[in-house]
Amino acid sequence: MTNQTKPSASGETWTPRIVAFFCNWCTYTAADLAGVSRMKHAANARVIRLMCSGRVDPQFIVEALAKGADGVLIGGCHPNDCHYVEGNYKCLRRYQMLKRMIADMGIEPERLRLEWISAAEGEKVKRVINEMTETLTQLGPLGLPQKFDEWDREMEHFAEHVAAREAATGSACPEHGGKPQTLETAHA
Amino acid sequence: MPKPKIAFYWCASCGGCEETVVDLAEDILGVVEKVDIVLWPVAMDFKYKDIEAMPDKSIVATLLNGAIRSTEQEEMAHLLRRKSQYLIAYGACAQLGGIPGLANQFPLEQIFQFNYEGAPTMANAQKTRPQVTTDDQGRTPTLPAMHHVVRSLDQVVEVDYYVPGCPPTPRVTRTALTALLENRLPPKGSVIAPDIALCDECPRKATKPANIAFTEFKRPHQALMDPNLCFLAQGVVCLGPATRSGCNAACTVGGMPCTGCFGPTSRVRDQGLKILSSICSNIAPKEEGEIEKVIEGIPDPVGTFYRYGLAKSLLRRKATLPSK
Repeated sequence: MTNQTKPSASGETWTPRIVAFFCNWCTYTAADLAGVSRMKHAANARVIRLMCSGRVDPQFIVEALAKGADGVLIGGCHPNDCHYVEGNYKCLRRYQMLKRMIADMGIEPERLRLEWISAAEGEKVKRVINEMTETLTQLGPLGLPQKFDEWDREMEHFAEHVAAREAATGSACPEHGGKPQTLETAHA
Repeated sequence: MPKPKIAFYWCASCGGCEETVVDLAEDILGVVEKVDIVLWPVAMDFKYKDIEAMPDKSIVATLLNGAIRSTEQEEMAHLLRRKSQYLIAYGACAQLGGIPGLANQFPLEQIFQFNYEGAPTMANAQKTRPQVTTDDQGRTPTLPAMHHVVRSLDQVVEVDYYVPGCPPTPRVTRTALTALLENRLPPKGSVIAPDIALCDECPRKATKPANIAFTEFKRPHQALMDPNLCFLAQGVVCLGPATRSGCNAACTVGGMPCTGCFGPTSRVRDQGLKILSSICSNIAPKEEGEIEKVIEGIPDPVGTFYRYGLAKSLLRRKATLPSK
């Protein structure tokens, strides 16, 4: 996840990067079905298979965004169809709160999408990925890694200032030639 | 043999951490007997230039509290890092960004505008604001500049150990100082507190239901609380399950839910997201609209889940804020 996420200056080469968490029993199987049915859809989603949408820790979602994803798609079984009975409901509740929270953190909630896609709905995988690619293309890059770098530039500036000052005044402690005291010598 | 040198320093903090050092009460005499305090701005008079003149690594340990917001704090963090063998992030602000880290939701300009102009208690007709440099009859005195981002100590310099808490309790402080003085230090990077969730030492633990189902969230001032029943069972958001223990459950014993000041355990990267995950998965309804109604009971999710951890969270800061 490095250079490819960087939008070029003109924005021409950038296309959205979607991290998709699909559950093993329904949505991943549906994606498989879309594949064997030779359906064409946007190539922007990187699929990660999990056993259940209930396994999608909000940390996974936000880490994907923080490391350069432009959006995160979660696919799970339809209500009442979860292989583990309750997992998809847990996912839904977390998703609703997380959407609110990332909006408060300045990230468009549309960058997050949860869809129930059964094993028979290969067509829906295609439609959802295409739609989400379209939505994210309109929103533009999220670019959090670049933002973090930009935020931290205010410290680089200061480090240079300190280095320059130390170079001008010479060594920090001209009058002390003694060896530094260590914990070991202090306890000896 | 000279006594080991110790320094205390404060950055963006409220002074509560300093208070805890004093709260060691008579135990502090034992500490003072064994060490030589070379810097403690809140209590004693030392000059920064004396620290600058010391050989590198000549301070055995610096306990630094507070987040890093200004250039002065950043400079002192670098200086004390260079002069100390062990740099210890002392308290929630140095460890996680703490309460000052919540400022990462707002632009610096808005904070200045409010504090120097908009606040109802402010009378400042000239709209004077602190300047980094001014011209004063030929002299140019300087003030520290404010960074746009609030940072935890380890986002600025390398940190050896963390003492958690807002403020750290006398017990964890004593544990840390004893470990240091007896040279029984844990692996570098450790948080000096038990690596298990707060529930483990909470006296209400026995009443924590196996299945929690929130039909609404109550805030502590909105209901009369049962003093013995688990807060989660009473529909109150308690960060205990996602927070490190070591405080003797001071808040839950005192009738208030945990707000998460000891930070996460070592297995969790982002405390706020982890407690969001835990709390929300236990909401009772299964239908979107009904879930939304329950969720509205937490009006400020960032302030609730990231009370102390926003600066150190995965997102760090509101993404739309300017950096210049």
